[in-house]
Amino acid sequence: MKKLINKPENVEVEMLEGMEFAHGDLLRKLEGFNVLVRANKKQGKVALVSGGGSGHEPAHGGYVGTGMLDGAVAGAMFTSPTPDQVFEAVKAVDAGKGVLLVIKNYTGDVLNFEMAADMAEMEGIKVDKVVVNDDVAVMNSLYTTGRRGVAGTVFVHKIAGAMAERGAELDEVKRVAEKAIANVRTMGVALTPCTVPAAGKPGFDLAEDEMEVGLGIHGEPGTHKSKMLPADEIVDLLLGKIFEDMPMGKGDKVAVMVNGCGGTPVSELYILNRRVAGVMKEKGIEVKKTLVGNYMTSIEMQGGAISVLKLDDELEGLLNEPADTVGLKL
Amino acid sequence: MDGQVFKKLLEEIAEKIKENRQYLTDLDRVIGDGDHGINMDRGFSKVLEKIPSMPDDVSMCMKQTGMTLVSTVGGAAGPLYGTAFMKAGDAIKGKEEVGVEEAILMMDAAIKGVMKLGKSTTGEKTMLDSLVPAYEALKECLEAGKEAKVCFVEAVEAAEAGVEYTKTIIATKGRASYLGERSIGHQDPGATSSLVILTVVRDFLA
Repeated sequence: MKKLINKPENVEVEMLEGMEFAHGDLLRKLEGFNVLVRANKKQGKVALVSGGGSGHEPAHGGYVGTGMLDGAVAGAMFTSPTPDQVFEAVKAVDAGKGVLLVIKNYTGDVLNFEMAADMAEMEGIKVDKVVVNDDVAVMNSLYTTGRRGVAGTVFVHKIAGAMAERGAELDEVKRVAEKAIANVRTMGVALTPCTVPAAGKPGFDLAEDEMEVGLGIHGEPGTHKSKMLPADEIVDLLLGKIFEDMPMGKGDKVAVMVNGCGGTPVSELYILNRRVAGVMKEKGIEVKKTLVGNYMTSIEMQGGAISVLKLDDELEGLLNEPADTVGLKL
Repeated sequence: MDGQVFKKLLEEIAEKIKENRQYLTDLDRVIGDGDHGINMDRGFSKVLEKIPSMPDDVSMCMKQTGMTLVSTVGGAAGPLYGTAFMKAGDAIKGKEEVGVEEAILMMDAAIKGVMKLGKSTTGEKTMLDSLVPAYEALKECLEAGKEAKVCFVEAVEAAEAGVEYTKTIIATKGRASYLGERSIGHQDPGATSSLVILTVVRDFLA
């Protein structure tokens, strides 16, 4: 393992401290907790808290700021944060109008955030939650814990964040968050595994000519291994899976995210996006906004994911409102 | 067993988890996200630090262990193991001495707590697949009038069989569930860490 770190056990806290030094105008770290909150707390609005394991930077701390999150909780690498940390975040950001938790659908995240919600409610803070499950690689069925939450979560932060910034009530913010969740789908592919510093070795193995289709964002294996394919064919494979799940056609409008897993150069993401744009055009789908870059990473993994958010006028309006965060400025 | 003796047992559990850190992590790497041993060790190391300041009371020790695990382990294992210890402690509140009968009460409460929080049952490739058979063996053994250390030998045998059983089934809970049939053939890290804990209890009583 070759990494720019000091000690594996200090990776999370040192990263957050570094972020605070770099972006003190936008965010600050809560003393003694691995929680980032807005530098300037805004009163009179619903607060949004998200988080999860570290290793997905800029998620989630990078989305703290105007128009998106109020607080982000960073667990250990790829491990959901504990309830006491989430609870601190909720207490710090609550501005009297309630707090919405945006949780990615993993057993650990859901359990820890729910425990924190119980703790907050006992203190009289109004808390509600939404669970993001945009990954179409894993079908929702009786036999799994449901679809995973992956890169599409960034769209949920954006949509719900804009609604909260307008001053809407908690139930309204929750409604648009759920609308975004219902309309966003993601599918990804990994070319290499990644290494959690504390583990010291890669999370799975892939041969030189192989890729893992439908990986999660924690280096957990996907649905199957496949031989490497040219970029255009990979896009067709990923989009095919998305369209299968959320049929779209002429007259539909969407926002697209071509997300890098951390180790893939942006040049390759643009090559993917070239094909995405081509397919959308062929189908008569109007792309209203495109994001290309590393938005929800898996440490140094090579690979990418495509997220498609189907828009109506309300979602489009919310998406186009300003955001001022480390990871997304609009 | 009184509170002071129980604290020795807790120390041994924490040490055994540390010894098995890599083993549990390797099991998790195959069907999960490769951090179970790391997370459990982080939690039990903190428990080990706190043992000297815990009261000499089994129920209180269990509860404080549970709370420590909830706030340090993370993942799904944190709330699940934390709940198991807290519920177990709650089940024997006020008892100065703990024997097999109390152990059964504790395990019953722990299992119910885990089932409720995790919305799961046996046969889903989780920690319940070693805990539940162990509990049933313990109960049967006690009803047959056998002594405590014999009963824990039988409980661990049942838990070992439970861990073996997890190799034959598809995971339907937790992160391994995303693998579907690909999870067959691999033993469950959570069932294994529960077995590790039960084994320490067996050896402690022997």
